[in-house]
Amino acid sequence: MTDGGQPILELRGISKQFPGVRALDRVDLEVRPGEVHALLGENGAGKSTLIKIMAGVYTADRGEYLVQGRPVEVRNPRDALDLGVSVVFQELSQVESMSVAENVYFGRLPSVRLGIVDRARLNRQARDLLRQVGLDVDPSTRLGYLSVAQRQLVEIAHGLSHDAKVIAMDEPTSALSHTEIETLFGLIERLKAQGVGIVYVSHKLDELFRLSDRITVLRDGARVAELRTSETSSDELIALMVGRRVDSLFPRTDDRPVRAQDAPLLEVRGLTSADVRDIGFSVRAGEIVGFSGLMGSGRTELARALFGLDKSSGEVRLGGRPVPRGSSAKAVERGIGYVPEDRKGDGLVLVSTVRDNMMLAILRRLSRAGRVDRGRERRLADQMIERLRIKARSAEQTVAALSGGNQQKVTLARWLVKEDLRVLILDEPTRGIDIGSKAEIYRLITAVAKRGAAVLVMSSEMPELLSLCDRIYVLREGAIVGEYGHAEATQEKLMACALGEA
Amino acid sequence: MNIRNHRAVAAVARYEQIPLLAALVVICVFLTIATNGLFFTTGNISNVLRASSIELIAALGMTVALVAGQVDLSIGSLLAVVGVTSVMAYNDTGSLLVAILVGLAVGAAVGLVNGLLVTKIGVNALITTLGMMALLRGIGYLSTNARALQTEGDSLKTLGVGYLGPIPVPVVIAAAFVVAVALLLNRTVFGRYLYAAGGNPEAARSAGLPVNRIYLGAFVIVAVCAAVSGLITAGRLNSFQPTIGLGFELNVIAAVILGGTRLSGGEGSVTGTVLGVLILGALSNGLVLLDVNSFWQDVVRGTVIILAVALDELRKRRRRAKFSEASRAEDPVGTDVPAQRRLAEVEG
Repeated sequence: MTDGGQPILELRGISKQFPGVRALDRVDLEVRPGEVHALLGENGAGKSTLIKIMAGVYTADRGEYLVQGRPVEVRNPRDALDLGVSVVFQELSQVESMSVAENVYFGRLPSVRLGIVDRARLNRQARDLLRQVGLDVDPSTRLGYLSVAQRQLVEIAHGLSHDAKVIAMDEPTSALSHTEIETLFGLIERLKAQGVGIVYVSHKLDELFRLSDRITVLRDGARVAELRTSETSSDELIALMVGRRVDSLFPRTDDRPVRAQDAPLLEVRGLTSADVRDIGFSVRAGEIVGFSGLMGSGRTELARALFGLDKSSGEVRLGGRPVPRGSSAKAVERGIGYVPEDRKGDGLVLVSTVRDNMMLAILRRLSRAGRVDRGRERRLADQMIERLRIKARSAEQTVAALSGGNQQKVTLARWLVKEDLRVLILDEPTRGIDIGSKAEIYRLITAVAKRGAAVLVMSSEMPELLSLCDRIYVLREGAIVGEYGHAEATQEKLMACALGEA
Repeated sequence: MNIRNHRAVAAVARYEQIPLLAALVVICVFLTIATNGLFFTTGNISNVLRASSIELIAALGMTVALVAGQVDLSIGSLLAVVGVTSVMAYNDTGSLLVAILVGLAVGAAVGLVNGLLVTKIGVNALITTLGMMALLRGIGYLSTNARALQTEGDSLKTLGVGYLGPIPVPVVIAAAFVVAVALLLNRTVFGRYLYAAGGNPEAARSAGLPVNRIYLGAFVIVAVCAAVSGLITAGRLNSFQPTIGLGFELNVIAAVILGGTRLSGGEGSVTGTVLGVLILGALSNGLVLLDVNSFWQDVVRGTVIILAVALDELRKRRRRAKFSEASRAEDPVGTDVPAQRRLAEVEG
C-alpha cells in the first residue's frame, strides 16, 4: 500500500440532491495509485450516485473533483475518460452488434480520412489492450458472442484505451463464475502493480477483505467511516452499514394476531425458475411475510415466478389446491394479486385513467355478457379514491398525472377491489414514495392482511420489513438462506445473513 | 368526487376531437365554395360517404389493432383475395350468402394466422403482416392468372351499389360497424383489455390479463373488417382486378393516425377514426371535383396527414411536460444510465 502517495483522484464534499431525495451529503473519497479502495453500503446508501458522479454521468451539486491534485470540471462521461477516470458499470453500456475492437475504441475509432475507419490499425491496437486485460479473443469478433465476464474485460480495456489512471468497478463479480472471478482478481492485482487506482463497489465482504486496502462505508448518502481493511472486521462493517435507526416511523401490527395453529393458506415447495431455486415457505391467512436480500438476490424474480410471469417448476398451493404455474391470468383467477416493483413500467397503463387501472383485474366480474357495468365501475372507483385518499381530480384523470405515492395507491386499489383476494405479493411497495404516503401504504397493506389475505412483501428496505412483517425470509443468490420471526429479527442479523456472514 | 363530475370529464375528453371536427367543417366549407356548391349536394355527399365506407370499415378494424399495439399491413392484399374468392364463390353458386360467408371466412383465417404467428412464434406484427401482404397479393394474382374476374349475376352488386331507402348499402354497413366497434372498445371487457394490453403489456400481464388472446382477437377483428371492405369492393365492380387494394393499408393507417390513434398502442377512438376517414374522403372527392391533377392530390393528402400528426404530437408533448417534473422526482437513480453515458461520450 502506498499510503504516502498523492491521491490520483479526490472527491471532496460531494453533495447531490434529487427532487425529494438527498442522495449524497458532503462525501469525501480519495483514490491513491496502486490502491484498491472499496465502497461499501446498503442498497440506496449512495454508492451508485457517487460512482456516477465519478464517471461524469451525474454532476455534483456541490463539492470538488480533483485529479492529481488539480481541480477539474467533469460535466460528462467524456470529460472523465479524458482525465483517466473509467467506470465499469454493472449494466454494461456496449453495443452487441459491433465488434470487440469497435467497443474498445467506442466513440473515437481511428480513421484514415473522411471518416473511413482504419480497421487494421483498430484491430492491432485493440489486440494489445485485450492482451493487457488477459482476454484472448479476436478483436473483430462480434461482442454479442462474448460472455458477461469477457464483456467486462472489454469494458476495462475500453478504460485502458483512454489511459485510465482510476478504474471503478460496480459489483463486477455479481454475474461471474468462480474461475472468472479469479481471472478478474488477477487483472486487478496487475493493474494495481501498474499504479492504477481501483474503486471497488461490492456487497461481498470476503472479496473486500481479500482485495481492498481501504474501505469507505456510506449510509444514507453520507460517509460514515473510512477504514484500513487490515484494521477492521465484518462485524464492524455490518454495524457501520446498518447503523442504528428509528423503527417507530411505521405502525407495528400487533393488533393483528396470527394464530400459530392456523393452517397455511399459501404453501410453496421446490419453486425453481431461471433465477430462483428450490424455494419453500408457507404463509397463513392474515400473515405478512417479508423477503429480504441484497440486490440481485432474487426477490423480484421470486415474486414474478410465484405470480406466473416467469416460467417455473415446483409446487404452489393455495388453500390446499395447486395453482397452475406460468400464467398470471390463472393466478389472478385463483385470488393472487401482484404489485410490481416498477409501477410505471410494469404496473400501470400510464395513458389510461385512474378508473381503468383500478378495474383491470375485476372487469370480467363487473360485466354481464361481456358488457361492463359502468355505473358500478364508477361507484367503486370513487369509493377507492375516497377510502385510499388518492389525490386525483377524478377517476377519469390519466394515471400518468399522479404523484408516485398516489400511483402506488392506484395499483393497490386494483387488488383491494377484488373481493376474493387471498394472496397479495408486493415488490418494493414504497420505492420512491414520500414518507407521508409510505405510512398510508403500510396501513393499507396491514388492512389487506386483516381481511384475511396472505401478504408477501419483497423489499430492500430492512426497517420496512422489520416493522411490517410477522416473519422475514432472507434470500441470497436465488435461494432462501434464513428465516426470522418478528421478535428476533434485527437489521444486523438480516444483513449478515444476506451477506452470507451468519 | 361525484358521478356528475365524471360525466363532465368524459365530455371534455370528447372535446379532444374538436380540432378534427373543425378541420372537417373547414374543408367542406372550402370545397363547397370552391366548387360553386357542387360539393355540397345530396348526390355528392352520398358519393363521398359511399366511397369512404370501404376505407372506414377497414379503418375501424385497424383502430382496434393499433389500440392493442399491433398493426396489420396485409389488409390491402387481403381485400383483393377476399374480392377474388368471394366473386369466384358467387359465380359458382350464384348465392350472395355463400359469397359473404366465404369472404368472411378467408378474412378470419388470415387474421388468425397473423395473430398466431405474432403471439405463439413471437415474430413482430410489422414483419409478419408485411410477409402476409406479399403472400396474399401473390395468391390473388395466381388464382386469377393476373386477369380481371367478371362477376356473373346481380345480387352481389347490392353490397356495393344498392340502396336501403335513400341510403347506399355500404354506408349502412359502415354505420353498423361504427356502432359495433364503438361499443366494443368502450363498453366491453375485451375492448378495455385492448387498451390495457396496447398501453402497457407488462402492466396488463401483472394484472393477470390474457395478453396473447387479446392480441389474437385484435388480429382477427382487423382482418374480418378488411374482408367486409373486400366484399363491398367486389359488389361495386363488374370485374374484379387482382391489383385492387394496392396501397390500401397505408391509406387506412394514415386515416386512423389522423384520427388521433397512436401507433404505439393504448390510445385511439372510433370518433377520431370516423373523422380521419371523412377528412381524407372529402379531400380526395373535392380535389377530383376541382379537377386537380391526381399527383397533386397525393401531395395534398400527404401534407394534411403530416401536419395533423405533427400538431397532435406537439399538443401531447405540452401535456407530458407537465408530468415529467413529478416523474423525475420519483426516479432519482435515472433509468437509462448506460445509454446516457454512451450518448454523452459520442457527442463529447
